[in-house]
Amino acid sequence: MTNTIDRHKPSTLPFIYRFRRFLEGLFPHLILMGYGIIVLFPIFLIIINSFKSRKAIFGMPFQIPGPETFSLIGYETVISRSNFQVYFMNSIIVTVAALILTLLIGAMAAFALAEYPFRGNALLGLYLAIGIMIPIRLGTVGILKLMVNLSLVNTLMGLILIYIAQALPLTVFILSQFFRQVPKELKDAARIDGASEYRIFFLVVPLVRPAIGAIGIFTMIPIWNDLWFPLVVAPSPKTATVTLGVQQFLGQFVSDWNAVLSSLTLAMVPILIFYLIFSRQMIRSITEGALK
Amino acid sequence: MRTRQNRKSFPVYILVFLAPAVIIYTIFMVFPLLDSLRLSFFSITEQNREIFVGIQNYITLLTDSNYAPRFWGALKNNLVFFTIHMVVQNSIALLLAALLASGIKGSSLYRTVLFMPTVLSVVIIGFIWQLILNPLWGVAESILQAVSLEALFKPWLGLPGTALITVSLISVWQFVGIPMILFFAALIGIPEELMEAARVDGSSGWQTFWRIKFPLILPTVGIVAILTFVGNFNAFDLIYTMKGANAGPDFSTDIMGTLFYRTFFGQQLQLGNPTMGATVATMMFLIILSGVLIYIFLWQRRIQTVEM
Repeated sequence: MTNTIDRHKPSTLPFIYRFRRFLEGLFPHLILMGYGIIVLFPIFLIIINSFKSRKAIFGMPFQIPGPETFSLIGYETVISRSNFQVYFMNSIIVTVAALILTLLIGAMAAFALAEYPFRGNALLGLYLAIGIMIPIRLGTVGILKLMVNLSLVNTLMGLILIYIAQALPLTVFILSQFFRQVPKELKDAARIDGASEYRIFFLVVPLVRPAIGAIGIFTMIPIWNDLWFPLVVAPSPKTATVTLGVQQFLGQFVSDWNAVLSSLTLAMVPILIFYLIFSRQMIRSITEGALK
Repeated sequence: MRTRQNRKSFPVYILVFLAPAVIIYTIFMVFPLLDSLRLSFFSITEQNREIFVGIQNYITLLTDSNYAPRFWGALKNNLVFFTIHMVVQNSIALLLAALLASGIKGSSLYRTVLFMPTVLSVVIIGFIWQLILNPLWGVAESILQAVSLEALFKPWLGLPGTALITVSLISVWQFVGIPMILFFAALIGIPEELMEAARVDGSSGWQTFWRIKFPLILPTVGIVAILTFVGNFNAFDLIYTMKGANAGPDFSTDIMGTLFYRTFFGQQLQLGNPTMGATVATMMFLIILSGVLIYIFLWQRRIQTVEM
């Protein structure tokens, strides 16, 4: 009903009033677009300049690479002088392994907490939740000592274990809330059919798949982007992740602008593509998660 | 069929479900944290033996002429870093969220764009801004020139007076998306009837926002504040990337995270010291914990009484 009123109103209003309303409607767009430009411009500037010759980078930084200014020299330097391929592989191994194990282990624990009212259930839930607020970094001195004792320094395994521990608290906390919403009848029916508790777990997991997807994305990004633990626990060239590799490469090649711009672009583009594919889902899941 | 035959003993399957998570979490998170707390009361001799020194490390950190100025400096800088985030980041986030939640066209596209920097690594963001602000490249200067403000340009990152503010604003630029989405979620969760009633009463958009919407999203304001607090007092990557472990110029960008790294691993002439590192980490732990406790006991309780 409000719609029809709105549609009728402007035609009967004086021009100046309509114009004011138009401006009022435009204003929010101007702010959002303005801020959007502030966000996109730096990223855009780095990407376009990575495809230019050194002269053009300095001479015409704001221009899109043309036939005369186009150059891949920076990428050639990065590919030949750094171990980018190794860093990428390391990051992928660490992130994927930590992600899968976190989701599996986290889902199992969350299921047990949600499903069985055993003694100490609430206390255990609280114990696992401490890690949500207390950053794991504060235990770095102890973690490094432990890694030395277990001979896990400069291994991807060490990083994977740390990242699982880091991601578990939030994973368990959120998933257990989702498991609680699964209808009881379903599980009881399976139990009557003689299904084991393990079987019931694997029956229920697909029902919380959206939550698992969202947690997966949010577990991945901080792991992929982390600088601290690769720097502290696995800084060797063989185990460096992309984030650490880029940081060290850039430190060495500060004055080679082509190489710096290209390596930044190489490190950025995979994440941006991933983000553009999943952004809707991601933002929706935080929005819904925050509403709970 | 698995029925509860022996009620007394703990069912095995519960243990199987819980064990991996509890074991990994305990070994790689809880134990190292407790071990760090413990180590802050010890000193390590040259023979690699740990000896108990009571609160000596804390006294050293807070009073020794080598440590104390760095500690208080880092704490002060960290407070500035946090204040800039609270004031600038969270106000911009609230403004953007309010606009996005007003039913504007293209809201989801805007959200995608504005959230984008959050997913990039801090290392990448740090270098991007270092290049853009670099006087050698002159990009920032050219942009200011376009609006006739080139006189304002300075090598902000290199000057002790402006470096911390600059780094903080870069961090704000990156992370504004997170509070924005949280505020947005809270704003679209407000029941439409409430807004309808306000509109009928003839209150303006501005009034409705501050008198009705803002009080309703106060719980989210609290969550955003505590997330900002924990994130800021745990920050490290950006400063390390842009200014190195020495957090120059002249320690003007030194925050708790970089102080912790330097104390633990040493830098240049200063040798690394694990137990002093653990002491700094414990101080960070206490700061973060007090923030969390204030949030839980003062803020949440007040919000609850207001709601009742």
